[in-house]
Amino acid sequence: MKVLLRNPARELEFDGPMTVGKLLARLDLNRESHLVIEDGTLVPADAMLAADAVVEIRSVISGGSSS
Amino acid sequence: MKCRVCRGPAIIDIRRHNANFCSEHFLKLCRDQTAKAIAQFDMLQPGDRVLVAVSGGKDSLAVWDILNELGYDAEGFYVGLGIGEYSGLSAEYATRFAHARNLTLHTEDLLRDHGFDVPHGSRAAKRAPCSACGLTKRHLFDEAARRGGYDAIVTGHNLDDEAAVLMGNVLHWHTDYLARQAPMLPARDGFPKKAKPLVRLTERETAAYCVLRGIDYLVDECPMAAGNKHLAYKAQLNELERTSPGAKFDFYFRFLLDAQDRFAEAEAERTDISLQACERCGAPTNNDICSFCALTERATRPVPLAIGRKPEEVAS
Repeated sequence: MKVLLRNPARELEFDGPMTVGKLLARLDLNRESHLVIEDGTLVPADAMLAADAVVEIRSVISGGSSS
Repeated sequence: MKCRVCRGPAIIDIRRHNANFCSEHFLKLCRDQTAKAIAQFDMLQPGDRVLVAVSGGKDSLAVWDILNELGYDAEGFYVGLGIGEYSGLSAEYATRFAHARNLTLHTEDLLRDHGFDVPHGSRAAKRAPCSACGLTKRHLFDEAARRGGYDAIVTGHNLDDEAAVLMGNVLHWHTDYLARQAPMLPARDGFPKKAKPLVRLTERETAAYCVLRGIDYLVDECPMAAGNKHLAYKAQLNELERTSPGAKFDFYFRFLLDAQDRFAEAEAERTDISLQACERCGAPTNNDICSFCALTERATRPVPLAIGRKPEEVAS
């Protein structure tokens, strides 16, 4: 499967199928701070991603000094 | 995974609620949590004219969208901060969102209207970029709200923002900041009311809301915020949340419910600051000129040219 990440923008390839939770764990990414998006919608942690899936993993952390 | 409400296929899990939701019921949850925060902290009244501080990011566009869904008369206000390509992109996202929904977006440009931008302002004033940026936005939002006669300024600060600020304030025991850290600050001494209706939602939830609502927002982080402490506190809190779901919510809301008033009372007894109008812009301040006018003065001061050096070498 193809995995798109940002900051910096990069594209990674993984053998699938694999659950969203396992994919995040392999990348050592915290579920609390990332969304997995496929075909414009969210994919939950227990969903199985197909071997030919194209997904974006989007960090949701933002912000400078809050006031 | 099934939706807690309708038992249909879920698209997101919210571990602190120990529940999963489908798209429809997750969007409803976001609107309900926002309405609950507004009521809980007496943020807005029906019929209020609201000015939303819009950056083009997920939180400000989400709160603007939700307020409109809840029936509030909410207009947007965007400030161009002059942070290179990032500011150009953020303006595009904010404008596109407003046009697509036929919403009113007011704009101001720091360089065009005040003669400097955040990178130069922060260097000239020897302030961290996020500090100069925050000071500038607070001043310009306040001024726009006074000028337009709005009942309140709304910002997109979410639970992660507030928990991270609280963590920083507690680590350094900034009791004066703790006294003022509240999701709603009432109007006082010429300052307009300020409200943060997203404090019951995490930024994972506001980002998910935008994805599901088809809100195209600027995903990339401000290049000047990279490496700041606020982001580090958020990362630490999310590590706690990973093993202890609900930790961020409890940390922030137990502070609000059990401790914040103690700091506020102590601060009120300790300080009795009388405010006056800034000699230059008329904004309330405890000095002759307000912090923004002082920043403007430093940032727009002519830079002496050293012979044999390029102007940019002198300015940096």
